[in-house]
Formats: sequence, structure tokens, C-alpha cells
Amino acid sequence: MNFETIVFYMFAALIVFSALRVITARNPVHAVLFLVLAFISSAGIWLLLEAEFLAITLVLVYVGAVMVLFLFVVMMLDINLVKLREGFWRWLPFGAALAGLMAFEMIWVLGSHETSTGVVAVKHAADYSNTKELGRLIYTDYVYPFEIAAVILLVAMIAAIALTLRRRKDAKSQVVSDQVAVKKADRLRIVAMQSEKLVAGHPSERKD
Amino acid sequence: MMEAQILHFFQWFWDLFGLWDLMWGYIQPVWPLLWTVAKIFAIILPLLGAVAYLTLAERKVIGYMQIRIGPNRVGYFGLLQPIADGLKLFLKEIIIPSGSSKFLFVIAPIMAFAPALAAWAVVPFSEGMALANVNAGLLYILTMTSLGIYGIIIAGWASNSKYAFLGAVRSAAQIVSYEIAMGFALVCVLMASQSMNLTEIVRGQHGSLGALNWYVIPLFPMFMVYLISGVAETNRSPFDMAEGESEIVAGFHVEYSGMAFAVFFLAEYANMILIAFLTSILFLGGWLSPVPFLPDSFIWLLGKVSFILLLFLWFRATFPRYRYDQLMRLGWKVFIPLTIIWVVVIAVWMQTSLWVW
Repeated sequence: MNFETIVFYMFAALIVFSALRVITARNPVHAVLFLVLAFISSAGIWLLLEAEFLAITLVLVYVGAVMVLFLFVVMMLDINLVKLREGFWRWLPFGAALAGLMAFEMIWVLGSHETSTGVVAVKHAADYSNTKELGRLIYTDYVYPFEIAAVILLVAMIAAIALTLRRRKDAKSQVVSDQVAVKKADRLRIVAMQSEKLVAGHPSERKD
Repeated sequence: MMEAQILHFFQWFWDLFGLWDLMWGYIQPVWPLLWTVAKIFAIILPLLGAVAYLTLAERKVIGYMQIRIGPNRVGYFGLLQPIADGLKLFLKEIIIPSGSSKFLFVIAPIMAFAPALAAWAVVPFSEGMALANVNAGLLYILTMTSLGIYGIIIAGWASNSKYAFLGAVRSAAQIVSYEIAMGFALVCVLMASQSMNLTEIVRGQHGSLGALNWYVIPLFPMFMVYLISGVAETNRSPFDMAEGESEIVAGFHVEYSGMAFAVFFLAEYANMILIAFLTSILFLGGWLSPVPFLPDSFIWLLGKVSFILLLFLWFRATFPRYRYDQLMRLGWKVFIPLTIIWVVVIAVWMQTSLWVW
């Protein structure tokens, strides 16, 4: 067993452990943090495959942005754990069937002859850039699928915003551009007035 | 080259006792590891020293700007002040609040500090002087700086305090928003240099005209965006809403004391120095000399970094804290459209003959 294999099994064990903890952790925030650990470990496995662009992008997009927002939401929610655990036994057969189906699919795909034969991890020279290679493929051979995927994502994003955006009539907001564009003359009025004559003694003694 | 010299020295030393062959037999299998660890120490130790003295510089510079003297009691000109501060924080008790999530509370400062140090792995200090000359260096830096947020969020949540939680939520929203603008500014740089390798990016700015070859000329708006987003990313004034001592006491680190607090402080200053290095490398030519007749050297890089760090301190002394809605407006409605437009401008510009960088 060489060093790379040891590292692979270490990451794999870490992924399995953290994935199990995601569903068994009592606290939802802990569960999200275990999911982060699972993402980072799978990025490690991708690094072992010399797919450094995918690995770094996984950490950048999922860990650095998506999971931050996830954590953000989970921290703000008031989750009732007792209610979540209700009906565990009732739904167990359904969940087990689903899990079994997924496991079967994965074994079928990974064990089939189409995917198992001829796949040999090729070692590349030190100057090989995974990023450049990926960019070249995406923007030449796969440009149409790539653009279609991008458009679908854009549509989904706009649709999500359009569905959830509600303009409330009673909402108060500040118009920053108006605030920035304010002039001295808008706020301050200088009036020309005669200077008052000083009266000797206390103001209450004035007789006029 | 330096590696060979050091090995040669050890060989000479142990040969005095006639033990070199025996020693080398033991050391050879682990030598690459030892050499990498030595290089890591050669980066981390000066960095921690710089962090310590940056705190002194901050107090001195802001002091002079506000016509005060700043610390001047401990050592000449207060030069021993950072050591005294460190010692004080080191000896203080770390109080773990009741009802907090203890493991996360303790690990949060480490999670803030670790990415701030890990990002230095790919930073080149001079031609060929980098711990790891990685092809996807720019992406790695972006990733590492985006991980620092976890320390802040976890600290705010694990403290079991409303103020700390508010600070963490503010900080999370702020860092995620400014990261997009920062990322697009970096996209402009990598389009101009056609590489994500930081050493290659500096080489791309080399030319016969000195400072005119630097990317700050064609990418000036991106330089401004990057610098301002950098201030926001490090939670520095005027974007220090995460701390906001006038509103939420001290934000995410309100429950921290002693060394745990000090580690957050170290992370903030290490991140500041990192952003200063990156701005110098990406936009200001790194170690390249600004005039053609002087040689390129690490000294130039230090000079540029010091200038940008001075800007950080200057901002803090000058600007009042932003209001939160203004901060979000600046990030989403000003910087992101500006950077997207500039990406297109650069893409078109590079296809014409007017592109000379």
C-alpha cells in the first residue's frame, strides 16, 4: 500500500464518517458543519486525482459560499427537534427503499463494463494544467451544453427571485442615492436678519 | 540552490565528526518533508513578527494622524509594546460562557487563523521564491480567504450571545457579498495575464517601461474594487460592522478573552498583510522595479506592501463607519455591475491592437 492509497482511504473514511454524522448529529448547526467537512474531504480526493480545478472550485463554491448561507439560515431557524423526529418508524420503509435504490444504481453504474474498463488514471507531467484543459474543452467541444446549462441556471435564479420577491406597502427604506446627492441648500437655510440690539441687564428686565 | 548550500553545510559539519554518512542515511527519506517545514517556518515566523509590529504601527500612525503620540512607554518609541500586549493576553484567563457550544467555541479562533496562514503557501516573494508554485494559485488564494468566514460565524454562534450572533450574521452577509466583486476583479487580472499562477502574473507585468507595464494601468477600476473589497473582507474600518462596538459591543468576539481573542486579532492582521501582498502582486507588479534602470528585488515588494498597509491604517483613521444598508448597496449595486462591465471591456480590449500589456 503506497502513500497515495493511505491518503485516499483516510479521506474516504472521513467522508463516510462526516456524512453519517450529518444525519445523526442532534444539533442542525453541527450537521451543517459535518457536511462542510464532507465537502472538504471530497475535494481532497479530487486533488489526489490531479483534478485541482474541480477540487478548489468545490471548496470555493460549496464551502466558501453555499454552505455559509446554509449555516446562516440554519442558525436563524428555530428548529423543533422533537417534531422532526416524529414518525421515524412510519417513514423508515420508504427511506430504506430509496436508499437501497440509490445504492443499487451506484453499484450498477460503477460496476458495469462501460465505466470500469479502460479507465486508467493517467499521470501527467508537472506543467500540465488541469484548469486550462477543462477550459479548452468547455469552450470548444462542449460549448452548447455549457451555455444551455448556464441559461437554465440563470432562468432558475431569476424565477426564484421573482417568486419570492414581495413588495410590501408598509416597508420603509432609505434611498441612498438621494442621501448622497443631497446639497447643503436642501438642508440648511440661511436667513438675512437684522442683528438685535443688546439690552442691558437680564432679559426678564426688558420692558418693551 | 539554497537547499544544496544548506545540505553542503550540514555535510561539512557532520564530516568533522565523521558521522555524515550515518546521519544522511537517517535523514534522506524525510529530507523533503524537513525542507518544506523549514520553508514554512521561514514564512510564518516573519509573518507573525510583522503582525505584531503592524499593531504597533497602527497605533502609532493613527496616533500621529490624530495629533497624539501613541504608545511610548514600553521600550524606545514603544517598540516593546506588542510583546507586552501579547504577554498580557497570554496570561489572561480564557472564559468559556455557560450554555456555549464548548468545542466550537474553542475551535473558532483556530478556524479563523488557519486559512489566513494557509493562503501564504502560494504567495511568491520574489522570482522562484514561493513555498508552492501552483498553477491554480489565484483560485487557491480566493478559496482560502473565503474559508476564514467560518471562524467568525462559528464564534458568533457558539458564544450563545445575541451580540456575538448579530456580529457573525452581519459579517457572513458582508464577506459573501464582497467576495463576488473580488472574484470578478481577479477574473480581470487572470484574463490580462492569461494565467492563474501568481509568479506568471508578476512576469506578465514585466516590460521595458517599468511601472507603466503594471496591470494597475488598464485595470485601475478593478484595483480600486479589489482594495476596497479587501478592506471589507478583512472586516476593517470603515467596514467593521462585524465588530461595530458602538452598536453591538464588539460583535462576534465579544465573549472571547485572553489568547482566544488574540488569535482573532492575529487572523485579522495576517489577512490584512495577505491582501496587501496580493494587491501588490496582482496590480502593482510584485517584486518588479517601477523604473527600468533599477534591478527587481524583494525590497520593492516590501515597499508596495507597506504602502498598502499604510492605506489600511489611513482609512481607519479617516472614515466613519458605514451604515449597513450603504455597505450592501456599495457591494451589490456599485461594485458587482462595475466589475462585470469591466470584464467585458477587458475581453473586447484584449482583442484589439490597443492592448499592449
